[in-house]
Amino acid sequence: MEIIRVEKLGKQFGNLNAVNHISFAVSEGEIFGLLGPNGAGKTTTIKMLTTLLPPTSGDATVAGYDIKTAQNEVRKNIGIIFQDPSLDDELTGKENLEFHAILYKIPEEKRNKKIKEVLKLVELEDKADVLVKNYSGGMKRRLEIGRGLVHEPKILFLDEPTIGLDPQTRRHIWEYIKKLNEIHKTTVILTTHYIEEADYLCGRVAFVDHGNIVALDTPKTLKNKLGGDVISIKLNAESHDGFVKNMKNLKWVRTVSQHDDFVNLTVEEGEKRIPELIVLAEKHNVAILSVSLHKPSLEDVFIQYTGKTIREEAGNAKDNMRTRQRWARR
Amino acid sequence: MDTNAIYVLWLRDMKRFIRARSRIVGMLMMPVLFLLGLGLGLGGLVHLTTGGSYFAFIVPGIIGMTLLFTSIFTGSAVLWDRQFGFLKEILVTPNSRVSIVIGRIFGGATTAVLQSILVVIIAMLLGFQISWTAYTALALVFMALITSTFIGLGLTLGSMINDFQGFQLVTSFFTMPLFFLSDSIFPSSALPAFVQYITYINPLTYGVDGLRNALIGTGTFPIWIDLLAMVISTVIMVAIAVYAFERTEVG
Repeated sequence: MEIIRVEKLGKQFGNLNAVNHISFAVSEGEIFGLLGPNGAGKTTTIKMLTTLLPPTSGDATVAGYDIKTAQNEVRKNIGIIFQDPSLDDELTGKENLEFHAILYKIPEEKRNKKIKEVLKLVELEDKADVLVKNYSGGMKRRLEIGRGLVHEPKILFLDEPTIGLDPQTRRHIWEYIKKLNEIHKTTVILTTHYIEEADYLCGRVAFVDHGNIVALDTPKTLKNKLGGDVISIKLNAESHDGFVKNMKNLKWVRTVSQHDDFVNLTVEEGEKRIPELIVLAEKHNVAILSVSLHKPSLEDVFIQYTGKTIREEAGNAKDNMRTRQRWARR
Repeated sequence: MDTNAIYVLWLRDMKRFIRARSRIVGMLMMPVLFLLGLGLGLGGLVHLTTGGSYFAFIVPGIIGMTLLFTSIFTGSAVLWDRQFGFLKEILVTPNSRVSIVIGRIFGGATTAVLQSILVVIIAMLLGFQISWTAYTALALVFMALITSTFIGLGLTLGSMINDFQGFQLVTSFFTMPLFFLSDSIFPSSALPAFVQYITYINPLTYGVDGLRNALIGTGTFPIWIDLLAMVISTVIMVAIAVYAFERTEVG
């Protein structure tokens, strides 16, 4: 059964198309990932689906309710863990959880039980009565995650859930998300720019780039589409067009993608092909500066579709986001 | 109406108020200086054409000023909540925007009225005398209505403006005229006729006049007019605040 349906959903900030008429559907009980660089439009999509931003075009239903006309019904069915802080610093950790539970009308007895459970999960039991302004960054993050789980939402949105967490806590959170999904059948929508997070958690992944969904499938199918190992070579900046063209004609090379001096080849049994490539390069008088071989990951699939790595734009993307936010507030 | 949301937002303000003792002292600083400087210092030189002591005249005015400034400041907390992200957390919960606005007003009004009572007590220590009548208790009602009106204004401004510097400019653009073009520190009859008309559309004029009627038993207008004017201004300002808040976005 479809629990989220998105049709040609779009959001414009001034001249900027933050989300460009995207469509997808999520089934009940699925863990669905939106993977892409910062500023790709993932957060904007989540904000529209959680009724925090009105879309400029298109439609979407969440838990069967229209995000534009039945906002309160949507809100009753969802929980969200935000990317940036959303805690009250001048309250204690426990008070933050209590206030959240009261806002969701959870009866007192259940509230206390649930808060205890959540505090244990995010390992903040001994800091429960400390003001949040005295928490470290990681502790705040853990509290936010715990808070999103207090009211046991049917659909849980996670916007970059494990950003800024240490690897151990990250693992922990992943396991909990999986458990939540298995036991409570909670549908999970998460955005991330961590490849391994999407690969490990998500049943299906949508690649988001410049406000568009460029690919959508299970991580396995996506990786299979690449059809083999990836050899990345870095060439000398001098003219190497002839060499690249020649590579494209090789029988055992499936695809060639080039950006600047980097060339990615998909081949089978990559380790055996590297020597051949070096010989070919010498023939063309092209210097290979480095060679690496890796078995396909989602990152490679992403590069295949967009011609860039996910983290390549990180610095710029932050500025982009700020500009967008400024636009949004006008 | 979501009473749970109203309660939780009120409780939040109470907890923050009790924890920020330095803020309470800071907030009392200005009214106390005004009581001393204007009320006692300058007051000794002032002869009111309307009769009575200037100190007794200005105490309700200073209470009105305290309420005006703290209320606009409190209302603008929505701006801070947006900045620190807590606003998102509230807006994504299944609670009506009206309840959220009312919860904030209850919280802010409670702290503002408590502060005003402190100002009254300090004034009494400095020699202010309440003339006890059947209407004296209405002073609390006037305090609540004045603060609700201006928290409404603060919320409206906080929902519409997104940067702090701009906000400070705009608030002083509102607070200074509201304060000076009212009956707070001098009788408006001293002003040129056309400026007097402005004071008649200023809610603070009626609020302070109501406080005078309740606390010292004299005022420009009958107390029921003050009450009516304040109820109307509260309803209008709260409605505007709800409208503005419903349209606020979280970037």
